[in-house]
Amino acid sequence: MSIHSKGRGLQVYSVLYLLFLYAPILLLPIFAFNSGTIIAFPLQGFTTDWFVQMWGNATLRRALTNSLTIAFSASVLATCLGVFAARASTRFKFPGRGGMMAFIMLPMVLPEIIVAMSLLVVLLGMGVQLSLLTVILGHALICMPYAIAILSTAFSSLDRSLEEAAYDLGESKWGAFRLVTLPLVMPGIISSLLISFTISLDEFIIAFFLAGNEPTLPTYIFSQLRFPRSIPVIMALGTVLVLLSIVLLAIGEYFRRRGNARIGGSPTGGLL
Amino acid sequence: MAKFDAEAKAGLSLIAPPFLYALGILAIPLLTILAYSFLTDGYLEIIRDFTWANYAEVLTDPIVLVVMMRSLIVAAAVTALTVGLAFPVAYYVSFVVRPERKAMWLFLITIPFWTSYLIRVFLWKVILGYNGVVNSSLTGLGIIDEPLTFILYNVNSIVITLAHAYAPFAILPIFVALEKIDRSLLEAGRDLGESRAMTFWRVTLPLAMPGVLAAVLIVFIPTIGDYVTPEVIGGGKIPMIANMIQVQMLALDNRPLGSALAVMAMVVVAVISAVFLFLNRRFLKVRQ
Repeated sequence: MSIHSKGRGLQVYSVLYLLFLYAPILLLPIFAFNSGTIIAFPLQGFTTDWFVQMWGNATLRRALTNSLTIAFSASVLATCLGVFAARASTRFKFPGRGGMMAFIMLPMVLPEIIVAMSLLVVLLGMGVQLSLLTVILGHALICMPYAIAILSTAFSSLDRSLEEAAYDLGESKWGAFRLVTLPLVMPGIISSLLISFTISLDEFIIAFFLAGNEPTLPTYIFSQLRFPRSIPVIMALGTVLVLLSIVLLAIGEYFRRRGNARIGGSPTGGLL
Repeated sequence: MAKFDAEAKAGLSLIAPPFLYALGILAIPLLTILAYSFLTDGYLEIIRDFTWANYAEVLTDPIVLVVMMRSLIVAAAVTALTVGLAFPVAYYVSFVVRPERKAMWLFLITIPFWTSYLIRVFLWKVILGYNGVVNSSLTGLGIIDEPLTFILYNVNSIVITLAHAYAPFAILPIFVALEKIDRSLLEAGRDLGESRAMTFWRVTLPLAMPGVLAAVLIVFIPTIGDYVTPEVIGGGKIPMIANMIQVQMLALDNRPLGSALAVMAMVVVAVISAVFLFLNRRFLKVRQ
């Protein structure tokens, strides 16, 4: 009996905590469909105007195109680099492994303002023109630790004897990697691409300082938060982004679990 | 030995691309900042004279002290609040939720984290604001006559917003640590006559400490350098150290001073983290 009552108290608390976590997100669609221009209660009436306005906004489209370009390039770059690091750290012992890996994982805890400012100072000092490319370089750096965390799980649960069997059967190192290892870690790679894509799509600081005059979605949102008239459109945009993230994450989670199931792992564990 | 060399070579050549990338995009910029912090700011250029003046200015300026203290207090409050609130949730998911539903709980906890950070911060401003959700609901219900002022665009609202933003970062490491605990140890504690509370205090909590320590650092370090929340919630009027670094670097174009601020912030964070880990070192030895 005492187990159940203890469990119930914790359950109520956890559900309340989830409500706290979801509070802002639940408000998004409410204000996105509210016809009043002020973001406050009581609500005025129902409208889809903000979504229509959002669709017709040229700057927003440019920001979206830029963000997608950056997120795609950064996630591919981060995942490619991540594959090397994950493979190296899970398969081989070599001097300096711990130190090098710790350094590569450092951006996970380093405040982004430090990454952005120091990179900006170097780029300006070298006379490099700020562009989407400079944002991609920064985003790949901060996505890489997350990619490695996901890929290391995929690589570390590989059965090494499968690769050795491929060597024994006459495959070259590259052949064994392409035909045996790669298909087995593919769910991890897809999951890593999706997570990196989502991180880059939402990253503000680096995009804000390294993009020059090009808008990205977060910097566009930031620029609009000053103007009360623009807020309802931002709420509509936020609603769409939330739905998009949930879809991307659900796909990522699906592949991660399928990957786990394939190598006989347990289905538990988070996206990090 | 030859095998070891071959393995080391293979490992090093594999790690080279990501390591060189981090070296180029992170290490060189960080070293540049460090170098800048010892140079002198000219009017339009940097004068290449070695000096401690930037650090002297950073360490003696009362405004820097106020902003740095504010950042530390906010980060400490956010960390305490986030980890304190997160622990019971992690405990619930690890010990009470059935194994097949754990993944779903973790998924639910992580979803809000992946949605636009800026919009979430802005919505907290809406929720906690003068005519915000909390105040308009409470006045509407007749519970309060005047809007609550302690949550208005101030340090408290920054703390609440950040505690929300970093919630999953606290829950996940604690959850992982709790999952690793051998359940038979708890049974042993109970069999030996400990009460449920004492078993938690003497067995579960010490074994969960590595996760709690990880959660503390993962929340504390990025929070201290948060730029967006003070900017959006405080409207630039209650800056934290990140906002100050940005203003020095760009608006005032004093890169040496901005660099000195950044280096000082990193040193302060590193020292605090090291002291924190040192004070809690006995918990890190517990496992294995």
